[in-house]
Amino acid sequence: MSEARDDDAAPKKMGDPRRKAVMALLARSDTERLANAWEALSNKPAFRTLRAPETGLVMMRGRAGGGGRPFNLGEATVTRAVVTIESGETGYSYALGRDRKKALYAALFDALWQTEKHRDEVERGLIAPLAEDLEAADATARAETAATKVDFFTMVRGED
Amino acid sequence: MYVAVKGGEKAIRNAHRLLAHERRGDRAVPDLTLAQIVEQMALSVARVMAEGSLYDMELAALAIKQARGDLIEAIFLIRAYRTTLPRFGYSEPLDTAKMRVRRRISATYKDLPGGQLLGPTFDYTHRLLDFKLAAEGGEAPGTPELAEAAEEDMPRVTDLLGHEGLIEPDVPEGEIEDSETGDLTREPLSFPAGRDIRLQNLARGDEGFLLALGYSTQRGFGRTHPFAGEIRLGEVEVEFFAEELGFAVPLGRISVTECQMINQFQGSAKAPPQFSRGYGLVFGQGERKAMSMALVDRALRSRELGEEGGAPAQDEEFVLSHSDNVQATGFVEHLKLPHYVDFQAELALVRQMRREWEERNRKDKADAQEAAE
Repeated sequence: MSEARDDDAAPKKMGDPRRKAVMALLARSDTERLANAWEALSNKPAFRTLRAPETGLVMMRGRAGGGGRPFNLGEATVTRAVVTIESGETGYSYALGRDRKKALYAALFDALWQTEKHRDEVERGLIAPLAEDLEAADATARAETAATKVDFFTMVRGED
Repeated sequence: MYVAVKGGEKAIRNAHRLLAHERRGDRAVPDLTLAQIVEQMALSVARVMAEGSLYDMELAALAIKQARGDLIEAIFLIRAYRTTLPRFGYSEPLDTAKMRVRRRISATYKDLPGGQLLGPTFDYTHRLLDFKLAAEGGEAPGTPELAEAAEEDMPRVTDLLGHEGLIEPDVPEGEIEDSETGDLTREPLSFPAGRDIRLQNLARGDEGFLLALGYSTQRGFGRTHPFAGEIRLGEVEVEFFAEELGFAVPLGRISVTECQMINQFQGSAKAPPQFSRGYGLVFGQGERKAMSMALVDRALRSRELGEEGGAPAQDEEFVLSHSDNVQATGFVEHLKLPHYVDFQAELALVRQMRREWEERNRKDKADAQEAAE
């Protein structure tokens, strides 16, 4: 994760690519990991749920031909939550699936990551190892797939 | 016509209790877990998600268990369940060019950037029953071989070759994305249907129906000369634009199978000779379905390409109206419900017609006899 600038200058900045990357990782985490990271926090803040975890549907879209006009492919279950922590930051979570506990933890970590006080601990204790594990799983899948790379030879017809 | 009946509550209750008993089967055999279904019946789960039109592996596994493995019944359960949930909105369109590819083949180009990757496939197996799998508690298979993976992008074949102008582009020249994307879960099907609606219909359509229709185009009913330009399987990121955040939030990844069919095209008044295309995209690993979908998508484009038409797979109303197996099973299976009143009316009608027919016959015979005398 690049630390090109101090995010404090714009703590509420929307669409911060670093925050988006964190939210992407949280969405792919399993619940147990989030629960453990929460338990391990040195200084748990008080928090309030602004929107209790709620499961609904998102219609997923594809594109005709892969890059053409959008069409509706089918829905997926998605669970979301919004929390606010005592220092005032609001955390959001959205993730595929129906796991309400995960939605709550992910929203909490999104809020914590936005604070000067907790960011380092969240990065070190949760985000960095999570990113590492997911990247390792991706690398394994890539290597397994690479082992099935095939070269077909075209036989020339009519040759003796 | 169906007229409501009442009564039978006790028998129905007992029948469902019996069903639950039969579903469980021999108590000496361990109960199936959802994790077992998700992990070991993955392609059934994929089909239920695709045709149930709901991506949620655990729900699909539950539906399969509840339906005793009847996949159309499971799809029906999933369709019913989705109506209980609120709709948050629409995702950003998936970018399949950025797919984390687990399988990718092309039947048209041998040497592709990124290569041909067979992945986990039934292809090239000999379809011999493997009795090792029949042994309980057998040895687990060995871990997969690993090889160094090149860090290269895997562009879609159709994007690679599009620049020659010999394959039609994704977006026809001069076309702008202006119209709203149609949604069959919101408005009923009407004709003529745009390609967006057709693709949605096919994506949730019955695999068997689409397979048969695709097959029919190969056998000459609306010939489209297809080549499997590319088939890829893998994971794509899903993003959802959240109003309250003001940016597209990543939701995680889903597995999809994509098929690009490339079809010979002679050219017409509307388009020059070039390769035209059909497209298939389905949830999970569903190669047969994605290929069938692409064949039928191309066949349904016959009107816009100025082709002759007339084959079943080219008949939009026929295809789109009969592809949904939940609708189809509902209408076919409703015939099982009591139709007593209806049948009584038909019975009276047939009795009357029979009386009239016999009377007419008697009269004709009498007339003929009279004429003969």
